Amino acid sequence: MTDLERHTYDVVVIGAGGAGLRAAIEAHEQGARTAVVCKSLLGKAHTVMAEGGIAAAMGNVYPEDGWQVHFRDTMRGGKMLNHWRMAQLHAQEAPDRVRELEDWGALFDRTPEGLISQRDFGGHRYARLAHVGDRTGLELIRTLQQRTVALGIDVYMECTVTRLLTGEDGSINGAFGYRRESGRFVAWQAPSVVLATGGIGKSYKVTSNSWEYTGDGHSLALQAGATLVNMEFVQFHPTGMVWPPSVRGILVTESVRGDGGVLKNSTGSRFMFDYIPDYFRKETAETEEEADRWYVDKKNNRRPPELLPRDEVARAINSEVKAGRGSPHGGVFLDIASRHDADYIKKRLPSMYHQFKELAEVDITAEAMEVGPTCHYVMGGVEVDPETAAAVVPGLYAAGEVAGGMHGSNRLGGNSLSDLLVFGRRAGTAAAARASSSTASALSEEEVTEAARAALAPFEREGGENPYTIHQELQQAMNDLVGIIRTAEEIRQALERIEELKVRVQALTVEGHRQYNPGWHLALDLPHMLRVSECIAKAALEREESRGGHTRDDFPGPREEWGALNVICTADGQDVALSRQPLPVMPADLAQIFEETA
Amino acid sequence: MSYEAKLRVWRGDDSGGELKDFTVTVNEGEVVLDILHRLQATQTPDLAVRWNCKAGKCGSCSAEINGRPRLLCLTRMGTFAEDEVITVTPMRTFPVIRDLVTDVGFNYEKAAQVVPFTPRERDADGNHRMQQIDVERSQEFRKCIECFLCQDVCHVIRDHEDNKAAFSGPRLFIRAAELDMHPLDTRTDRAAFVREEQGVGLCNITKCCTEVCPESIKITDNAIIPMKERVVDRRYVPLTWLGSTIRRRR
Repeated sequence: MTDLERHTYDVVVIGAGGAGLRAAIEAHEQGARTAVVCKSLLGKAHTVMAEGGIAAAMGNVYPEDGWQVHFRDTMRGGKMLNHWRMAQLHAQEAPDRVRELEDWGALFDRTPEGLISQRDFGGHRYARLAHVGDRTGLELIRTLQQRTVALGIDVYMECTVTRLLTGEDGSINGAFGYRRESGRFVAWQAPSVVLATGGIGKSYKVTSNSWEYTGDGHSLALQAGATLVNMEFVQFHPTGMVWPPSVRGILVTESVRGDGGVLKNSTGSRFMFDYIPDYFRKETAETEEEADRWYVDKKNNRRPPELLPRDEVARAINSEVKAGRGSPHGGVFLDIASRHDADYIKKRLPSMYHQFKELAEVDITAEAMEVGPTCHYVMGGVEVDPETAAAVVPGLYAAGEVAGGMHGSNRLGGNSLSDLLVFGRRAGTAAAARASSSTASALSEEEVTEAARAALAPFEREGGENPYTIHQELQQAMNDLVGIIRTAEEIRQALERIEELKVRVQALTVEGHRQYNPGWHLALDLPHMLRVSECIAKAALEREESRGGHTRDDFPGPREEWGALNVICTADGQDVALSRQPLPVMPADLAQIFEETA
Repeated sequence: MSYEAKLRVWRGDDSGGELKDFTVTVNEGEVVLDILHRLQATQTPDLAVRWNCKAGKCGSCSAEINGRPRLLCLTRMGTFAEDEVITVTPMRTFPVIRDLVTDVGFNYEKAAQVVPFTPRERDADGNHRMQQIDVERSQEFRKCIECFLCQDVCHVIRDHEDNKAAFSGPRLFIRAAELDMHPLDTRTDRAAFVREEQGVGLCNITKCCTEVCPESIKITDNAIIPMKERVVDRRYVPLTWLGSTIRRRR
């Protein structure tokens, strides 16, 4: 192809959120010629929306905290389906990853002793989230962005990768994509490619995720021969905005509850006390009095049930609304106004104050918020080696939300930002190491030409549907049929819809030309969204139990045999094939942690 | 509840363009970005507009609404009368790529010129210690979401393309102030950088940048004026000058 911009690197990182930038910084520091390719402008990635903080057992507020406690909390939050080694590395390395951010300019809130302050969050035994008010994600992205710029790493902004390229031996040798601005094609040749593309939320109607979350990384990996693990586990964050309709799904940080906010139904009752599962009963307060005492004396009281892991709280809210005890717009009430004075709320939750005032005309220091579950995070993702973040395809790495295993069936709040840093760095190290000992084979001209042809196909057709219609139908189907509560019957209906949409996508048409054309961009994103939706639905049908972010009305409760099984997705032509795989077994010394502190 | 709004949206590219009239349905609580998305889905699938978070946190959807620099996601339709014609145009200070999307590369080039953060050593136990009151000054500037509306509104570059080479603009002044006030930063030449490299002297403190900031950062009062005063301190206050001259002689 002549009309093609070509570049050669040691390491190409796809995605410029926390994981991508951390990977790029590490690869660069290991001496690799590194490029970052991202769909938006630098500094706009979804990480920017993370609010609460970075979980790390630094012990600045509770010296009793340590990696073993963080490891235990993470595994229990994930209902023991996490890859134990990822959870261990994550808990052990997170404190150092936070400290080094300070060397790059991050300014966290402080303790009275001048150390990094740590806040409470759901599922964490001790206050351990390093934070900056409620805009921690912005601090993280800006710090990594500025470090990336200071190091002079090449960044290809507003470029979308449509295909991973592989050599004859099946190993990665590059990536192909287009510049959003001009529509022109670009090929990067590199022996190591790191996927750091985030999640899948744009397949759902009500989501906290931005347009970038099309599951493209999951889909590209699958097509290149990688495996996806446990795609059925999708986290519905319990507190998204519900009103007005245009902001439905936008995140309301868990810090509201960590800082004392409580959930109430239409009768004014703190209903979470009615939803404490046996699994967490020993560590959860039974009365409002005890729960309230916990905020000031954590050693002698148990945690409020509002701070149970997200899957528990989201299901409880869903049940209250279904039982007719919801708020006027179909959520429940989140009240911090009656619990703290206005100054405290504005200081601790400045962006929530701002968000509700600007978008909903609600003053959260004076009245309760209306909140309900919103699609927030996918625990499932590319199956990787814990030490290196390597996928099964040689030369392919995955870190952050696009990778699977770390969070089991449910992620604790605060564990995402730390995950990005820990495994972003590990992916960068391993990607650079591979590049130092191997070179990329020449790109296949045939493959590149075919990738270009496929990308332009929507322009060639006439009279087809517009991509926005198909997208809306997919979002509605996933929301209604593979949402927070699932049944075999509904999942089968969703799979039928997905098959029908797969056919319609082949016939859609786009108007206009290649220059900054959102209709064309969406047309190319849709096959990815359909592929990950198929993975989620098929895996959800396969797993006949309820656990974490996967609730089957027809199979309530967890089942022992499923507690030792992962569901693996692979590509089978244009379809998705499933298999079951035993969960890696935790060594005895780690298993003991659960007996000691249970 | 719903009504039909009249919108005029600039459509075109670097070779030119024009305002086009549209009638679009508006529902309760919607913001201008919702209406542009409805336009894309129903009338103009190729309408170019940047956005990400739709919650005022990422600073992607900057444009001008009725001539005022605004975030499309934070501008509620309810702030306009139902019969008012709402005009949406791209940011004027930056070259148009297509429709409402502009080339904001200027800001990234200026950011790359900033002398990087240069921290002091950690304490012996591996931690940095800072007091909350000392980090808050820089934290205010780190709230910046890089929407570049302050850059867009700044008349030094909005009306004078030729100033762009010598002038970094408010976004980069607060970046310099943030580093200057950062408790861990060891560089002592931040004020000189603002004067000599960033061209703060061209700013005549009209506070337009502060007015448009969606994060309510007091750009002029808390960053630009203190940095200008530091520049003056260093350079012209006679005692400082005498002191540095004497030290230099030794």
